[in-house]
Amino acid sequence: MNEIPTPENIGLSREDLPNSYIGRSVPRPNLPKLVQGLASYTDDVTLPRMVHAAFLRSPHAHARIVKVDSAAALAVPGVLRVFTGADLAKVCDPWVATLDHLKGMKSAPQHPLPLERATWQGEPVVAVIAESRAAAEDGVAALAVEWEPLPAQLDMETALAPGAVLIHPALGDNLVFTRTATKGDVEAAMAAAHKVVEATFVTGRHTGVTLEPRSIIADYNRADGTLTAHHSTQAPHMMQGVFAKQLRMEEGQVRVICKDVGGSFGIKVHVYPDEVAVAAIAKVMGRPVKFVADRFESFVSDIHARDHRLKGRIAVDAEGKILAFDIDDLTGIGPYSVYPRTSAVEGNQVVNLCGGPYDFANYRCTTTVVLQNKTPTCQYRAVGHPIATAVTEGLVDLAAEALGMDPIEIRRRNLIRDDAYPYTSPPGMRFEGLSHHAALEKLLAMVPVAKIRADQEAQRKKGVYRGLGFASFIELTNPSPFMYGLGGARISAQDGATVRMDPDGSVVVLSGVTEQGQGTEGILRQIVAHGVGVALERVKVVTGDTQTTPYGGGTWACRGAGIGGEAALQSAIALKQQILVVAGAMLQAAPESLDIVLGQVVDKATGRERMPLGELGRILYFRGDTLPKDLPRELVQTRHFITKEYPFAFTNGIQACWAEVDAETGLVTVLEHWCVEDCGRVINPLLVDEQVRGGIVQGLGGALYEHCVYDGQGNLLTTTMADYLVPMSAEMPDIHVGHVETPTRESLLGAKGAGEAGTAGAPAALMNAINDALRPLGARVTEQPFTPACILQALGKI
Amino acid sequence: MKWPAFAYVRASTLDEVWRLQAQHGEGARVLAGGQTLLATLAFRLSEPDVLVDITRIAALRGISVQGGRLRIGALTRHAELGRDPLVAQHAKLLAEAVPFIAHPAIRNRGTIGGSLAYADPAAELPSCVVALDATLVLVSARGERRVATRDFFTGLLQTALEPGELIAAIEVPLPDASRRSAIVEVARRSGDYAMAGLAVALSLDTGMRVSAPRLVYFGVGNGPVSAARAAAALEGRALGAESIAAAQAALAGDLDPPADLHGPPAMKLHLARVLTARALQRFLPATEIAA
Ligand SMILES: Cc1cc2nc3c(=O)[nH]c(=O)nc-3n(C[C@H](O)[C@H](O)[C@H](O)COP(=O)(O)OP(=O)(O)OC[C@H]3O[C@@H](n4cnc5c(N)ncnc54)[C@H](O)[C@@H]3O)c2cc1C
Repeated sequence: MNEIPTPENIGLSREDLPNSYIGRSVPRPNLPKLVQGLASYTDDVTLPRMVHAAFLRSPHAHARIVKVDSAAALAVPGVLRVFTGADLAKVCDPWVATLDHLKGMKSAPQHPLPLERATWQGEPVVAVIAESRAAAEDGVAALAVEWEPLPAQLDMETALAPGAVLIHPALGDNLVFTRTATKGDVEAAMAAAHKVVEATFVTGRHTGVTLEPRSIIADYNRADGTLTAHHSTQAPHMMQGVFAKQLRMEEGQVRVICKDVGGSFGIKVHVYPDEVAVAAIAKVMGRPVKFVADRFESFVSDIHARDHRLKGRIAVDAEGKILAFDIDDLTGIGPYSVYPRTSAVEGNQVVNLCGGPYDFANYRCTTTVVLQNKTPTCQYRAVGHPIATAVTEGLVDLAAEALGMDPIEIRRRNLIRDDAYPYTSPPGMRFEGLSHHAALEKLLAMVPVAKIRADQEAQRKKGVYRGLGFASFIELTNPSPFMYGLGGARISAQDGATVRMDPDGSVVVLSGVTEQGQGTEGILRQIVAHGVGVALERVKVVTGDTQTTPYGGGTWACRGAGIGGEAALQSAIALKQQILVVAGAMLQAAPESLDIVLGQVVDKATGRERMPLGELGRILYFRGDTLPKDLPRELVQTRHFITKEYPFAFTNGIQACWAEVDAETGLVTVLEHWCVEDCGRVINPLLVDEQVRGGIVQGLGGALYEHCVYDGQGNLLTTTMADYLVPMSAEMPDIHVGHVETPTRESLLGAKGAGEAGTAGAPAALMNAINDALRPLGARVTEQPFTPACILQALGKI
Repeated sequence: MKWPAFAYVRASTLDEVWRLQAQHGEGARVLAGGQTLLATLAFRLSEPDVLVDITRIAALRGISVQGGRLRIGALTRHAELGRDPLVAQHAKLLAEAVPFIAHPAIRNRGTIGGSLAYADPAAELPSCVVALDATLVLVSARGERRVATRDFFTGLLQTALEPGELIAAIEVPLPDASRRSAIVEVARRSGDYAMAGLAVALSLDTGMRVSAPRLVYFGVGNGPVSAARAAAALEGRALGAESIAAAQAALAGDLDPPADLHGPPAMKLHLARVLTARALQRFLPATEIAA
């Protein structure tokens, strides 16, 4: 067993080998229970003596809490206790969401329930605990709170101006973070350029709508001093640390169990004050406390994202070579940076990612992150990417238009060459290996450009306006501790897997990454079945329990496959080697001469079956007396994996969008959409395609429909699914997905992330398609979402 | 949010409804398809004592032709409206409205009576029944009365229904061969309430001359909005580019749309004009549309 596994000798992406599952479209194991309604979500869990929480939420964007009178609430049948901020402050410490490596970042201490002031409409202020959720809501309705409304700072443009409302006077101003990245000499490049074009882009504030809302049951057991949280979360180990720290416990006294999770998209990787309040209340009451956010609460309290205004300039020479990007980004993040990932990361990503696909020399990008009295924003699927891609690709198309150049040609001239790697981008991102040109060529093989252009011409004559738009993108995946750990956050970039064989020859994998519907458990099963040499059905996957799985970061930022998958592969290979040592002893053969194929120990050379794993298990576990005394018997192996060479494994891709704009109504119909992406090794093409499609739909959603709209007083107006419009299947186009595979050499598996690629590029591709459609009408849109009103305004019709 | 606590009773006759009303007064609320009421209860916007389920009351069901009128029972589900042969024959506008209303699951439960009683300003059916010049049959413990649909919708979510009164049926006059109708709307996504919509009915003689036009807009006011000036611009004139443009221009005097989440009043007026042309052009011979 001294052969070092390589992608070749372990048969990665070889469909012709038996039990070769990596690279194959196989169904995921949890699908039947999800579609049959037999899954077990947090709200399905009922514990003895359980009580329910409901929150009174601030009706004001900014107000002093003068007095809370809970007498009437306590008289409501079924109501047990009422908790205010002051009550919880006795048992729960506040948190401050800053990261040390984001220089100069500041934010205010946040309590589970505020002590003096509510700072956004929807902030949880008072908790009512009752025998049922309905009774708790009755209790909330009976609370009498006296408010002193205060002026609210809503507009991010004026947040730093003299006279702005100081949201946290102790901070001195509303500036959370600012960073400028510069490379080369932008001003000189602009001055010398053949063309300089500029535009202002807006990405609309929106949120991630999960089918299952945020849910938690916190159960504090006074007998053994432990807190068990059943929690709908992406990061159980992180939450274990958070609950322990805020509630002044040891991490080992906290267990987080995360059963089936109905979608997350980044929404469920943050610390929410209402959830910490529930944990604190459980500790005070010594009873399990359940809280499931309803849709109203979700809209006002789940993190929002993407509330950015960007002014951008691009300089090009006469041949269309990009000389410089100059971008100024402003974002409003609500009244607190969100713990522990912080709300400065999205702006920071914009600085890191603008211009990302292109080879150019001069760069300047500033992000300014400010406070405001709206729902806090934080990381949501494709953090910063769709923003950076919209401004970059919007500017590239404007430059092409100014030059009279085809949008494909300008990209071909500027995309980083496929043989230029390793490559460091102007803001300092290191790329191990990308495939922009291969992706572009593959895309052009899929998109019938000539036919589309002919149709576009013909339709225009009939007054039908169609457009084709492109967007290249890069995506940051497999983050190392450079993302959060470096800044002091207890967020693991490393992940682990334990793989064991039971007596019947079946295999169990316990993993620190988690499943929210994307198929994490499906790929872990494939990887382990492949690595050990058993049929898929013989592998069971366990995730989402801090007490049983290896410590890990969970699932976010596209790391489940790349990090968790590699840990699973390494431990599966180690288990296989261990099994072969035992088999060698039983069969009196050299372990190197044996292999495992579909649950059978076989002769490597001939393929002859020697022993089923069930027989090996029977002997090892029940007749160990018959085996050599010094034989190692641990048919269980654990490996951890962390990336070491690169801070992030970047991926790349390109999208195309074919859309029709009704110039009379302003309605946009997406006719067809294409994406070619390179996530390295594709473990399951079906799942990757689903991820890309789902991501594109979410990207199109933000670009067309999804919008958190506030009134002039800071009240969120879009608090139902009738007002907050998510994309639905009837409006979505056929989406074609293609792949280029450039495996990362950091791991044996070679997988990078695939979950955010779709979202990263879709809004920009759509924007460019709309503008291509509107071009003969002399109109242009750069502010998302591209609603009928926005398009009719651009057309001068209203 | 959870519903407030309330009782539920299923009535099998109208008399039983009257009895429950007498017992609970204002606290009794009629439940039909529940597709609006149950959602609003979850907002805790109202807290009735008892929901009186009327869906098993035979007197409120059925579709028939009686005395020169098409009678549609209030309990007719949207889906039934969409597939009923008598509706297709005599009130095609109603059948054509159905695909615009929400989604199949909602259409399988929601009723025409519930839609008219709730009077959502963006709903399709209120405008359709006004365009068809239908009459509502209203019943209460006090007896039965008839109200023309044009008098029924009195304001934002307001109707001529008196306390305790139910819609029993909708009566649509049978159209003659010259009568045409169309429904058009603009919605952000399929199944959404309209940003703006139009139900139109008119008569066309062989010379394409318009008479008795009824243009009823939805999603642009407090309820169905009959555009009298636009109708006057069409009345007696040949349908064509000119008269359509005149109707579009006249709309400014008919509509005073409120702003909403989708956009400013000017957008609604603009969309109403676009829809006016799109609806009326449907009645033109194919050759003229191309021109
Ligand atoms: C997601 C969604 C989307 C929708 N989209 C649309 C749409 O695009 N267009 C549209 O038009 N509608 C839409 N609807 C509403 C739907 O059409 C409802 O079915 C309809 O508005 C109400 O009918 P109902 O039978 O469900 O009434 P219920 O919800 O049972 O009752 C509504 C109100 O009417 C009263 N009521 C009911 N029946 C009578 C009666 N016979 N006499 C007197 N009062 C009565 C009730 O007391 C209650 O106040 C949508 C609903 C949903 C949930």
